Amino acid sequence: MIHAEDVFRVFQEHRGDAIVIPTGTSGRRWGEFSNNENRDLNLGGAMGQTTSAALGLALGLPDEKVVLFDSEGALLMNMGILATIAGKKPENFCHILLDNECYATTGGQPVPNAQEINYAGVAKESGYSSAYSFDDLEEFATNVEEIMQATGPVFVAIKVVPQIENEPIGMRVRPPTRSRAETIRDLQSELGISAD
Amino acid sequence: MVTQQAAVLSPEAMVEEFQKNGVTHVVTIPDSETNYLYELMKEQPWLDVVPASREGETFAIALGLLVAGQTPVVLIQNTGMMESGDSIRGMVLDAGFPLVMVVGYRGWNRHGVITDSAARYTEPFLNAFRINYYLVEQDADSTRISTAFEEARATKRPVAILVGDEYHGFNR
Repeated sequence: MIHAEDVFRVFQEHRGDAIVIPTGTSGRRWGEFSNNENRDLNLGGAMGQTTSAALGLALGLPDEKVVLFDSEGALLMNMGILATIAGKKPENFCHILLDNECYATTGGQPVPNAQEINYAGVAKESGYSSAYSFDDLEEFATNVEEIMQATGPVFVAIKVVPQIENEPIGMRVRPPTRSRAETIRDLQSELGISAD
Repeated sequence: MVTQQAAVLSPEAMVEEFQKNGVTHVVTIPDSETNYLYELMKEQPWLDVVPASREGETFAIALGLLVAGQTPVVLIQNTGMMESGDSIRGMVLDAGFPLVMVVGYRGWNRHGVITDSAARYTEPFLNAFRINYYLVEQDADSTRISTAFEEARATKRPVAILVGDEYHGFNR
């Protein structure tokens, strides 16, 4: 397993101008590594539907690279989205799954069939252009540039160390982050999209 | 005495309303009676049809398109709308974008006796989410679609079009 922070550190060097959508417990650390905040986007959440929103963004901005950091708990709630994405074939879409095998935010209970499911296999057979699996940082570092240059939709499954939270929700300390509305406003301003 | 629906809503009228209102994408799951509308939409060079696997996806895909500056509509059945409750909450209502959702009103009729629970709970569902809606049954009603677009833009909220009699006119 790889620490999500190491994934982000390696990825950042190859990001280019990509729009990045971090989600899930692991995704909370992305802000520490991003060097282009105006292209970091919070699309909110609704039982796994951030993946769908990321697809909509990629379809609406075909000239922009869109990278989603997804989580396996969210993807399991909405696995049909893999077929939806593959059906529309967004060439600019890179779907990176940070798989910690558990619901980290509720105490670390395992997701169904946590250790045996092959997410990259499911994505590839759903029709993604290419799919990768990594549980070694060096292998990911060796392949990340190829991944970023590949024609999408590309799927990347990475086993990451869970960052389990057990404190009551009200006692958890979160670093200050921009709201969804603020990230949308900043991205639209960056891309010259009218907010009206 | 039973009153039957005399006229129908043609797919051409619906697509014309979409074009008039600058729609760029239709995010949809067709049902058995929308096939003709689907084919007509696919023929329009200005319109991109986005087929989804589950209705909850449609509202989130629409959000992404809205952020990208596009003008999507969601086209689903009332059963799928009810399945989409949390997506409507998190991806539409909380996000504050205008969105017209065209919803097939399965089970609705003019007879006054609703036997299909899909129809029985449709309007209470929309009322629970405080989403305004307009009933469209025939071509003469189609200007209500533009009314819905205007209202959605003015309020930055979703507005529903309930298509009565299950797109009967499309099934030809």
